[in-house]
This record gives sequence, C-alpha cells and structure tokens, in this order.
Amino acid sequence: MLKTSNRVADHAVLGAAPEAADVEIFLDGQPITAKEGEPVMSALVAAGVTVFRHTAKGSPRRMFCGIGRCTDCVMKVDGVPGVRTCVTRVAPGMRVERQDGKGNWSEGAEDGR
Amino acid sequence: MADKPVVVVGAGPAGLCAAIELKKAGAPVVLLDENDKPGGQLFKQIHKFFGSREHKAGTRGFDIGTGLLDESLRLGIDVRLKTEVVGVDPGLRVWAVEDRGRSYLLEASRLVIATGATENALSFPGWTLPGVMTAGCAQTLVNVYRVLPGKRVLIIGSGNVGVIVGYQLMQAGAEVVGVVEAAPTLGGYGVHTAKLARAGVPFHVRTTVARAEGGESLERATIVGLDDSFKPLPGTERTLEVDTICLAVGLTPSVELPSLAGCATTYVPELGGRMPLHDEYMRSSVEEVYVVGDTAGVEEASTAMEEGRLAGIHAAWSLGYLDDAAMEAGAAETRRRLDALRQGVFGKKRFDAKSRVLEESHNR
Repeated sequence: MLKTSNRVADHAVLGAAPEAADVEIFLDGQPITAKEGEPVMSALVAAGVTVFRHTAKGSPRRMFCGIGRCTDCVMKVDGVPGVRTCVTRVAPGMRVERQDGKGNWSEGAEDGR
Repeated sequence: MADKPVVVVGAGPAGLCAAIELKKAGAPVVLLDENDKPGGQLFKQIHKFFGSREHKAGTRGFDIGTGLLDESLRLGIDVRLKTEVVGVDPGLRVWAVEDRGRSYLLEASRLVIATGATENALSFPGWTLPGVMTAGCAQTLVNVYRVLPGKRVLIIGSGNVGVIVGYQLMQAGAEVVGVVEAAPTLGGYGVHTAKLARAGVPFHVRTTVARAEGGESLERATIVGLDDSFKPLPGTERTLEVDTICLAVGLTPSVELPSLAGCATTYVPELGGRMPLHDEYMRSSVEEVYVVGDTAGVEEASTAMEEGRLAGIHAAWSLGYLDDAAMEAGAAETRRRLDALRQGVFGKKRFDAKSRVLEESHNR
C-alpha cells in the first residue's frame, strides 16, 4: 500500500475537504485508497504516483492538461488501454495499469466507459 | 416557431448562459457537454471575480457555477452530459455520441458553439517529463479534487492564469519557487500578482525555461535570461530544484466544431490566435451558427457569460420567441455589460481586438 498522501485536508478558501467514502482501486496490482467520485488521475497523484505510463520509446508520462484534451494521462483501465484517467472516475476494485506505447487489450475487456 | 431545438454545445459559463436565455424566452433548447458534470472550468476558479456587482464581482467562480446550474435546473433545461459532439453538417444536423456508445443525430434550428479553449503547450528540452503540466491542470487537481500535484513549483508565464494558479498552489501548501516571464513586464492584474510578491515569490522577467531534467520525473529546471529579441543570454542560466512546472502561456480557442460547421475564421493574437469571425450578436459567418465564450476569442468567464446571453437572446428572436423590442433591449443591456468588462489596460486590448473582429465580419 502506498503511504504518501498529497491530499489537501484543510483549505483557506474551500474549508475542510468534503466527506467522501474510500474506494479501493489497484495500480499494477497494488491497492490504492481513492475517494469516491474522483478521477483516477487525482487518486494516483494523491498516492504519490509520478509515472502513469511509458511511450513506445520508453519515455515516462504523467498528466498534462487534466481535462481530457491531451491524452497524456492514458492508462489501461479494467483491461482497456488508452483510457484518459483525468476524466474517468474511480470505481471499487478498478484495475489500473501502466501501459507501454499504445498498450494492449485484455481478453474479454469491453470499452464500456 | 420551430420544433427543432437550438443545440448548445458546451455547458461552461457561455453555453449555460445561452441555454438559460433561450429557455427563458420559451425556445426549445438542448445543452450538450462531453463531461459528466456541467460548469466547464468554472469550478476550479476559486478566486473572486472582477468587474462591478452586476458582473458578480467579488463572487468566486465556483459559486457562480453553482448559481448557473441551479438556474438551469429550475428552468428545466434539457442538459445531456457525457455527450460528445463529433460533427455537424451543412443542414445543421449535429452528430452526438452519448457515453461513448450511443450515436445519434440531432436536427438543430440554430447551433450555439461554446466549446471553450485549450491551454497552450511550450516545448523545451524535458517538457514531456512527469511534473510538467499546464497551470489549468494543477488548478483542477488542487481546487476541484484537492490534491497537490507537487511541492516545489515553477510557474512559466506571469499572466493572470500563472499568478492566480501560483497563489492557489501556495494556499494549498505548495512552495512556488518563482514565476518566469519572457516579456520585459509582468502580464497579470496587479491584485493577483501582488499576492505572490508579498509572499516573497521571485519574479523573473526577460527569462524563460531552458530545460527540465530528471530521471523518471521532474527534478530540476534551468531558467535563462533573454535579450531584446528573446534570444537566450549566455551565462545567465540558473538551476532550480522543482518537482512541478506549470505552463501558463496562454490559450487557443477550440475551433474544431466551428470549422466543421463552415464558420469563417480569422487570426487575432490578443484573443488567442485562430478564431471564428462573429458579428455583434455573436453570429458566425454561417447565419444559423453562433460562437460564444473562449471559442469566440479567449477572454474571461465573465465575458463568456455575457456573450452566451447575447447569442441566446438573438437566437430566440431569430426563431420568433422574442419580439424586436425585447431582443434589442436585451442585446443592448448585454453589450453594455460586455463593454464595461472590456475596460482598463487589459480590457481595452480585448475591446479593440473584438472591434476588429466585428469589422472584419461586416466587411466580408
């Protein structure tokens, strides 16, 4: 379990963080505690994850625009590669994996999101 | 009166206001947005807005967003979320894809395009390293999801986005190690700039980022002074330990949909570059298509809302839902508020640029 937390609990303008239930997701098989309703991207950043994927040439990537435009943050989610983690909300038990290049589909995975 | 709805694409400040005016006038309207929540980028704006009281000055962006959502709910506007618009044909048939699964065509009587803008990238050695991101990305993370993207931040660009996001990262507990500005003068409103300056953040004018370095993620940035022709000055390099670089180097209107709709475009540097032409009612060169908000030239959320209202009022009139007097009164009132928002050193530049757009639109 990753122990780092970059969450902002108290905020001068926004006040205390709103109550949100914990949701367990998995990054490359390792459990991560996410907050219900947040995108995969912020759950990973909160857990201190600095690399989301590698390009075909092995260059690391994380996120860049954060609003679904640039596709820098794509990962394999529940067997489907190339999913924009900044606009994909976490779900209990979600399996998130770092992909290399374009990644590959897991057998039986459906592009339902 | 038309049975076909007015289709508004983009449920940010401009699109929401357009839909609200249309609905208030009694016109059928469908508001589409690709995201699973409406509001566009309003909810990450936690600073107080400028302008007079009627422009919601002193109100924070997310409160304005909540107000618009409440109003659209109260009016019963047909808001379709998780719906991407992937095309539009000359017959004004809008191709929508819902939830990445269901594809359908919507026949529109009028089209209002409020698809916003995209933040500019800046390419330098190491710019793809994890830790380099747009300022808006950091702002979304910290203000909407309340997660800090890093601890030591370098801001590239001293315009409003740069200084506002820098201050908001500090509010959330990050350290801003500096703001870099290629121009000889700072670009943001004094009030926002002063907040960072008071906190002791160094500002480097005539400076840019030379390179970003690190193993698997950003560890340091090297900045370099620039001469009068923006060439790096040898011997002025300085290396800063940072884990985050925020790029606040402007936005470009998202013109994909206006281009597909056949709208003529022009190039206006002050408004973000390539943008669709529009007249004083926000009508593009295609009579039935309106462009509003950052799509129609990058400004601010407050101007986007007024442009949305203007287009909504005019589109409702064009379909017979408002009489001439109501339309002219509504349009004049909206334009007066727009003019008031386009004052001051920064506003005047945008006012003049918008005037050129109107002129070019009329001379076509």
